[in-house]
Amino acid sequence: MKITHHPAADSLMSCSAGSMPEAFAAVMASHISVCETCRRDLALMEMIGVALFDELLPTHLDHPAPVMELRRREADGDVPSVSSANVSGGDVPEPLVPVIGRYLDDIAWKRVAPGVSIHDIALSPAAKGDLRLIKVAPGKTLPLHGHKGSELTLVLRGSCRDDLGHYRAGDMSDLGEDVDHQPVADPVEGCICLVATRHKLRFKSILARLIQPVTGM
Amino acid sequence: MAEFLQRVAERGDAEAFRNLFQMYAPRVKSYMMRQGADANTAEELAQETLMVVWRKAALYSGEKGSATTWIYTIARNLRIDRLRREMTWLQLPEGHEQTASDDISPDEAVSEAERKIRVQQALSQLPADQHEVVALSYVEGLSHSEIAERLSLPLGTVKSRMRLAYLKIRELVEDLK
Repeated sequence: MKITHHPAADSLMSCSAGSMPEAFAAVMASHISVCETCRRDLALMEMIGVALFDELLPTHLDHPAPVMELRRREADGDVPSVSSANVSGGDVPEPLVPVIGRYLDDIAWKRVAPGVSIHDIALSPAAKGDLRLIKVAPGKTLPLHGHKGSELTLVLRGSCRDDLGHYRAGDMSDLGEDVDHQPVADPVEGCICLVATRHKLRFKSILARLIQPVTGM
Repeated sequence: MAEFLQRVAERGDAEAFRNLFQMYAPRVKSYMMRQGADANTAEELAQETLMVVWRKAALYSGEKGSATTWIYTIARNLRIDRLRREMTWLQLPEGHEQTASDDISPDEAVSEAERKIRVQQALSQLPADQHEVVALSYVEGLSHSEIAERLSLPLGTVKSRMRLAYLKIRELVEDLK
């Protein structure tokens, strides 16, 4: 997989700090799982966390290490063990497998407009924002739309273009606020993307507009 | 520290575990408190972090990072899971697909410790406004929007300070090579 579009460094940092809203962290982790370059950056960014963690002043613990309990487990033969190796295969990035399975072909789609289908991915109840897969038919143009909040997109299959570039499988588009764009799906393969958005309502209004005929403006 | 972790991994050595616990649990407790947990919750999470270390020690492999890095990432993920009650998408370092690297050279092993010192030096050299956003992100666990709100800054300013901080740190660490 040749990846040419990566997330912005600040997004990757927030992810490595564990401070990124869940929907965005999901897209980020999926990209990281297929991108060697970002894995290297992430390792250095985690080192920032480690460096700051290392400098924290210790706080006294009220309870000692549960060593007696561990001894008992030892006697029972309950000692650390290596879990079975991961099964791999399929075309879904590893972090997403628990929520959507291994194969993009097995996804149940909901059609929201001609040539556009979505599959919502449930997040934890506390999470803000939305995470979904979106499948766009070959050559289909989405209406020009802006973003109230930021939007993070990872291409999983096929490709798409907008004014900012051509995005293929593994590529990410990391859009800030106030960016307008109008993605076009690949004329032959179409595309399947994983998209995180911050505001639910805004995205729904885009879907509402999708149902109207696309003018190709 | 890696040696104690190795002993826990290989034979479930409770004494080695006690050493790890004394070394790391008090700092994990501090970390959890800075992330917004009260003292009791922070203590529970520190205990739990070290229990994960016990249970998963066999998955730890010295080549992929220092013991501190590994324990830090466990604490970070546990905090997302328990304090924010969200799913942790980012896997622990051993979860990434690895190319075989059984025989890491001593040079590289040194560079891991060196890198941490370099990062600490680089952090101390950052302009105060950049250091502040980095600390709020990593230590207080605030998202970029929350940092912008806390400091009454535009979101774009927070992001650009983060990026500048990273470029500076990377430059200083890469000098090492």
